[in-house]
Amino acid sequence: MSNSVILDVSNFSYAYGDVQAVKDVSFTVKKGEFLSFLGPNGAGKTTVINTLITLLPMQEGTVTIAGHDLRTDQVKVRGSIGIVFQQITLDKDMTVFETLDFHGDIYQMNREDKLNRISELLALVELEEKKDVLVNNLSGGMKRRLEIARGLMTRPQILFLDEPTIGLDPQTRQKTWEYLRMVNQEGTTIFMTTHYMDEADILSDSIALIDHGTIIKRGTPDELKSDLGKDIIYLETSDNNAVSDKIREIPGITGIQPCDGKLLIFSGNDGAQVLPGIIRAADEQGIMVRSVSLKKPTMDDVFMHYTGTEIRD
Amino acid sequence: MVFGFIAVFKRDIRRYVRFKDQLFTSMLHPILWLALFGLGMAGNFERILGGGSAPAGMISYDYLTFMCPGMIAATILFANLYGGFSVLFDKNWGILREIMASPMPRRDLIIGISLSSVTKSLIQTFIIIVFGIVLGVTFFSGENVIGILISLIGIVLFVAVFSAAVLCVSLYVAFKTSSPEGYQGVTTVLSMPVFFASNALYPSAGLPPVLQEVALINPLTHLSNGLRYFSMGDHFSALGLEFLFSSTEILISFIYLLGFALVTFYFALRAVEQSVIT
Repeated sequence: MSNSVILDVSNFSYAYGDVQAVKDVSFTVKKGEFLSFLGPNGAGKTTVINTLITLLPMQEGTVTIAGHDLRTDQVKVRGSIGIVFQQITLDKDMTVFETLDFHGDIYQMNREDKLNRISELLALVELEEKKDVLVNNLSGGMKRRLEIARGLMTRPQILFLDEPTIGLDPQTRQKTWEYLRMVNQEGTTIFMTTHYMDEADILSDSIALIDHGTIIKRGTPDELKSDLGKDIIYLETSDNNAVSDKIREIPGITGIQPCDGKLLIFSGNDGAQVLPGIIRAADEQGIMVRSVSLKKPTMDDVFMHYTGTEIRD
Repeated sequence: MVFGFIAVFKRDIRRYVRFKDQLFTSMLHPILWLALFGLGMAGNFERILGGGSAPAGMISYDYLTFMCPGMIAATILFANLYGGFSVLFDKNWGILREIMASPMPRRDLIIGISLSSVTKSLIQTFIIIVFGIVLGVTFFSGENVIGILISLIGIVLFVAVFSAAVLCVSLYVAFKTSSPEGYQGVTTVLSMPVFFASNALYPSAGLPPVLQEVALINPLTHLSNGLRYFSMGDHFSALGLEFLFSSTEILISFIYLLGFALVTFYFALRAVEQSVIT
């Protein structure tokens, strides 16, 4: 194992009884990297993360986290990671300070280090003024920030985030992203699961697309998007099948696939220059164009391309 | 650096003190037992038995005094049997996930909660003794300050071991059941035989033979014996019966409770270790 690899997962599988939730998944996360598992609900993301954070028992495969074997060195793994759970996992009857203090204690931090770290983190997530407020009286966004601070208390080698902005309003999501980016820039390695395309796109160094328990594709957001060409065109006509063969022959078109009653066309050249040719091809066959749109590829399109479906909730 | 169990203990006690409703009801509960049930039963027993003079050379106690240690035992039984409830909440909606994913040994969780439960039980015990004496309970008759002190230490030991043991039972139930309803059901059913097939409220001599056997192995009986020994002495009469405890018997009762606590601790620990919380 190279020194810079913090998380090394190979041939990991997990089954709930007869239901195979995760199938033969392998990946690594390097020091300082921000990796996102992007996939729909039920894709197996939470199973992977819950096993990595030791809440589920290891089944098939090998996992090394911060140099410790997950199967034999659970306690050491626990000591070297930070976690932000999917659901809010806070005691609403404790204050902000007590929440972090309690965390430091169960992780056996020494008192001075603990108190320093609490001030540092409260400043980072801007909760200094809420120090003595009960968790019950915090907003959803503040609770999330407190959980992020808690996950960082012990300066973990890697921070696990399970759907960190689920259920938050758009503004709070933006704010949460800012904190996460800051945390990552300060050197914390992050492994995140999400079903939000924009979140994965904006935050990650690297994205693994996961569906039906397997990793379909991994790459940087730009790599994944550039796989789709320069531009993409959504076209809806009176006969999608007939027109697609013609379109395929147009120079600059790198791919075409049906999706949800439309055609998804990938263009290697500037889409604006390809577009007239597409309309002409339809016209020549007497096929009516109902709608057409041209855009830069987003993660939604990437996901659509690799799984053939839109992300399902 | 703080041991994990101290962090768990601190958190539990903090909640206990912070939320005055829990603090207040936990103190009011035993007072109501004693004031309502205790005085009611005592009145009836006295009427039926009509006082009755004690044999010579023996202290004679009224029913209220006889029952007061039983009240302590019952209060501690119920308080701790329902003590796992907060853990059930932590498990379903709270921070147990954080605790389970931390490197803290599982035993620290149980030890921490047990310690806070023991603390609460001792507070309740103290309240019952003081309030009982106000109502006319004649504890520690004929003892000097040193004697009373020794008796109090004995009471503390018995209460501590018993409450930790029962708390472990309730933790076991909390980890094995998933719904509050299930937890409530199991603990209520458990409380019945433990409470009534014992000598907490009445001498077990009056029970049917089968229940007498049950009472003999019932930890609540051993707790009541210990408490009576330390608060009423080793030889007294009450309800027209003669009670005689040897110090060996009391030591055996204590060891019995200690063994009971170790067994329940083991089962609670196993339940925590086996439980998967995601």
